[in-house]
This record gives sequence, C-alpha cells and structure tokens, in this order.
Amino acid sequence: MQKLGMGQAVNQALREEMHRDPGVFIAGEGVGVSIHVNPMLPTHGLLEEFGPGRVKDTPVSEAVIAGLAVGAAEAGLRPVVEIMFNPFFTLASDMIVNHAAKLRYLSGGKSTFPLVVRIKSGAGFGAGCQHSHNLEAWVAHCPGLKVVMPATPTDAKGLLKTAIRDDNPVIFIEHMGSYFAPPMPVPEEEYLIPLGRADIKRKGRDLTVVTWSGMLGAAMGAAETLSREGIDIEIVDLRTLTPLDTETILASVEKTGRLIVMHEATRTGGFAGEIAAVVLEQGFKYLKAPLRRVTGPDIPVPVSPPLERFYIPNADDLIVAVRELLP
Amino acid sequence: MDVSVEKKIQMLGTMIVSRKFSDALRKLCKIKDKIPGMMIVADGQEAVGSGVCAALEPEDAIITNHRSHNHLLAKGADPKALMAEIFGKKTGCNKGKSGTLHLAVPEINAPCTTTVVGATLPIAVGRAFAQQYRKEPQVTVCFFGDGAADEGSFHESLNLAALWQLPLIFVCENNLYAGGQRYEEHTRVTDMADRAGGYGMPGIIVDGNDAPAVYNAALEARQRAVSGNGPTLIECKTYRWGGHSETDPHEYQPRDEIKAWQEKCPIRRLSEALSDQGAVTAAHMAQMMSQAEEVVEEAVRFAEQSPYPAPREALEDVYA
Repeated sequence: MQKLGMGQAVNQALREEMHRDPGVFIAGEGVGVSIHVNPMLPTHGLLEEFGPGRVKDTPVSEAVIAGLAVGAAEAGLRPVVEIMFNPFFTLASDMIVNHAAKLRYLSGGKSTFPLVVRIKSGAGFGAGCQHSHNLEAWVAHCPGLKVVMPATPTDAKGLLKTAIRDDNPVIFIEHMGSYFAPPMPVPEEEYLIPLGRADIKRKGRDLTVVTWSGMLGAAMGAAETLSREGIDIEIVDLRTLTPLDTETILASVEKTGRLIVMHEATRTGGFAGEIAAVVLEQGFKYLKAPLRRVTGPDIPVPVSPPLERFYIPNADDLIVAVRELLP
Repeated sequence: MDVSVEKKIQMLGTMIVSRKFSDALRKLCKIKDKIPGMMIVADGQEAVGSGVCAALEPEDAIITNHRSHNHLLAKGADPKALMAEIFGKKTGCNKGKSGTLHLAVPEINAPCTTTVVGATLPIAVGRAFAQQYRKEPQVTVCFFGDGAADEGSFHESLNLAALWQLPLIFVCENNLYAGGQRYEEHTRVTDMADRAGGYGMPGIIVDGNDAPAVYNAALEARQRAVSGNGPTLIECKTYRWGGHSETDPHEYQPRDEIKAWQEKCPIRRLSEALSDQGAVTAAHMAQMMSQAEEVVEEAVRFAEQSPYPAPREALEDVYA
C-alpha cells in the first residue's frame, strides 16, 4: 500500500475529484505557484496537471476567495478554495458565516452551495498567534456549515472526497503538523468516508478520550504509555465536528464510564464544552467520575519554543488527567 | 444609441410596477403586525433596475442588495411570490425564511439578495467566474450602493474581476446617501466611477434617473463582458427619496433637495419623453398605471390570503 503524508493524501483526493468532475476547481493564495515547493504540501503539482483554468492562484484577497466559492457553487460548480492559515479565516468570515452558511436557508431550500473551504491549521511551527489559532468552534457554531477535521492521511483522503461531493458548504480543516508527520499507509483505490461519523482509533474499557485533528497522535501516545500499566483507554477520533456523531461518543462513555475531551484549541468556548454538554444531557447516568478537558490554555499561541510547547497539549497532560479520573 | 419605443415602454412598465409595489409596501408596513422587519424601498431609483435588467438576457444573473425590490421585479420576479415572502407567508418565494430584505429568486437567476453591505460583490465575482469557467455567453450584474463602495470587499472584488476579465457588470446605484451619511461625508471621490481606473476597468457615469441611458450603458457593458473584455463599473447617479428605511425620519435630507429630485422622477421623465415622441397617449399611460395597480393588488391579496408557515418549518432548508 502507498504511504502518504496528510498533504499528499489531500492532494490525491483533489486529483481524483478533479478528474472525476470537471466542475471541481481549486482557488487560493499560492495553490498553483507556491512560495513553498514541497511535494508534501496539498496542492503540489496540481497546476501542472490541470492548468491555470482549474487551479486558480488568487491575489491576497480572502473575502473574495470565499465569495468566489459561494457564487460559483450557487451556479453549480464545486469550488475547493483554500484559506492559507486558520486565523485568516476572519478575513473570509462574512462570506462563509453570513453567506455560504445561510443562503440556502434564505432561498427556502431552492439553492445549494456545494463548496469546500480548506483551512490550514495548528500550532507547532513558531509561526505565532496570527498564523496559529484553532477556530473550529467558531465555524461549528454556524448552522448550515459542516466542519471536518481529519487526523490521519487515510481519513483526509476519504473525507475530502466526500466533502467535495456534498451539496453543503464544508469547512475542511487540516492540521499542518500532519503534513510532515511520517507517511502512513493510504489505500490507493477510491473510497469515501461519510461525514458525521466518528472513528474509534483505539478500543479500550477504562476511559474514553474524544479528540480530533492534531491531538490524535498525543492521545494515542498517552494510551500506549498507560497500557503498560494496564490502563485501557478508548480513543474516539471525531473526524467531523458538525454533524456531530453523538451516538459513538455516548456508546463509548456508556462502556467506559469516564470521559476526557482533548483538543489543541483554547479552552473557553472550545468544542470540548459542546461534547461535555451532550454527554451530561444524554449520558450522565453512565459517568463514574467527573469529566475533564485537556486543551490549550486561554492564551494566544506564543512564538518562543518553550512557550509554544507550553501551549500545545501533550501526552503527559492527558496522562495526568487520566490519573485524576481513575480510581 | 437610440433605444426602441418598444424597449422604452417595457422599461416604463417595469418602473410603474416597481413604484406601485413600493406604494403598497410603504402603506402596509405601517400597519401593526402586517409585515415583519425593516421596510426598505427605492422610490425614485426605478430607472436603475429597469434600465439594467432591460439589457439582460434571462440566463444573465443579478446579485442584489437590501434595496432590491426594483431590481427583482425588473428581472422578472413574480410579484405575488415576492409579496407573500415580504409578508412572511408560506407561499413566499423563500417560504418565509427571507422576508423583505433577503429575497432570493434563483429561478430567474437572481439567487441572492444580501443585506450585508458590500457582500454582493464577492458573490457576483463567483457567479461570473462560473459563467467564464463554463464558457457561457452570459454576464452577472452586481448591484450595490455608494456606501458599499467603502467596504473592503469592493476593492478585492473589482481587483479580481478585472484581473481575470470576468463577465461582470458592477452597478453602483449612487443614491447620494449611505444610511444617514451624505455622499460627501463618506468619500472624497467626486465620482465613484473614477475608482474603476484604479482596477484597470472602464468606469462609466450615467444619469441614474434616465432609464434609456442606463439601458445603453448596461448594454455596452454586457457586450464588453460577453466578448471577453472584462468587467465595467457603471455609476448610476440617482437619489433616495425616502429615508434609509420607512422608520427613518431622515431629517438629515434637506426637504428642498428631496423635492428637486422628485421633479426628476424617472417615471415621469420617460413617460413624458414617450408622449412627446407620440409613442404613448394619455389613455395608454392610464392603462399602464391601472394594470400595474391590479398586479400589485393581486399580489397583496395573494399574500394576505396565504397561510403562515407552521412553526417547525423553521427547521427545514438548513442543509441540502
């Protein structure tokens, strides 16, 4: 089986979908001619393969990049546009929040907006808080959008292909750390992964960790360490924030009786709060212990290496939380 | 270019229906619980929508803003479906989801009315891009006011549209007021059309109360766009007779200024021109007026007799 980084898996999904459907095009800053020439990056080589008619390098204009997607999608194309870094979402946000998410509703269901906004996300690059800021909870709070955050190359390929074929606007957030993580086996054949379905990445009986995107690796590492002490962690990789797979979360908590939600984003108003609320409302009776959140602290992501390492939640943080919850 | 009598009569008819539609709304919105939300009309600005839309083909698209009724009626929207939507009824063009300010009529290629000032521009870029991408011989028209030209989206959109030579017509409906601000209070540029040069596209100034002049400018811009020569910015200079909305006492607008512009009424202007030409008689005019009144009365009747949506219909149409 081929081994791919997440960027390469995204690249393969884009290629396959562009070959399959002439209505799929990509646009964004440096999606064709990039300042970073690296085969591990998601749009590498697409300009050469599909030409400038379908791989549109845009000016540095996030609002109109997003507007391009909204208008073209309404007309029946399937745009896949890129917001270079998550914090730049703010510049595109009117088009995404007020238009991509709402225009179908405002049309009374007459129009569809089959667009994908790919956003590169995550801390760990010393890039600072205006390049690293995980804003998934903002978009998950907008009815009309779907929010997808793959953690593995295999998931990224199957989820992106589904997102492109979905008739709704999908915010597809890729953790940049995953681009350069060791390549993993990815099926070469075509496959689709449905949106709204979490994946149990590790089965366990003692405690459930719900996580997504860049935190999966830390969670798996912690589970491995704890397993040597006989502590058996179940890891639920959410993959899609909205629609939320409450069934898988609740079934896991019913089995283990304990819950930790782990995400890289800051704590207050983070999506862990939503999962906690769902479990307290619908699964309170399963809980044998209070739940815990392991998240970034409520600070902007700092630059200096020790400061940035302090920001990013890691396996040790998770292990501490697990020990607090276990008898 | 000389505009045919037939075309002029078509534009006149559209303007009259628009005015009668607005007449009705201005009365109805004052009745308690009749119409939800803020009422925004565009009396005196009818020549912009009717002139531009008369130059379009059915497959051409328009993206419009909060002052949309004239544009939508001119593009061919069903007055009954619009009125029912404005009333918040189930039979409205958007099943009561959009109301007066967000009317979406995709079946006539008017898929979006947005109230976010300046937001029509990036969406219109996307719509025009789709036409270019598919090599369709069609254009998109983007309506916006002079206030929207101060938004960042104006800059990004004109720049990209010109760069990619999109089949797009930017129509700045300069009614001299952005909310409560007079034109001179929100920009130093005398003519908004001058901004076009900064993006490498033609900027045309047209008398926005002269429907045939607007029509000619739009026709020329359309020809440029479908020939692959890119977008045009047309500034239609007109005037907002009323306040921003019907609850705005608009004391900041001098009354003699309003009166002077009412003298330049686009409907009277075109009807007098047609009458001077001997193309319409007083009887013909009276007939157009009463026909328009009937259309609007029928629309109001339809809206009033239609049911409201059931509360739980609020949950529908979020996702495809």
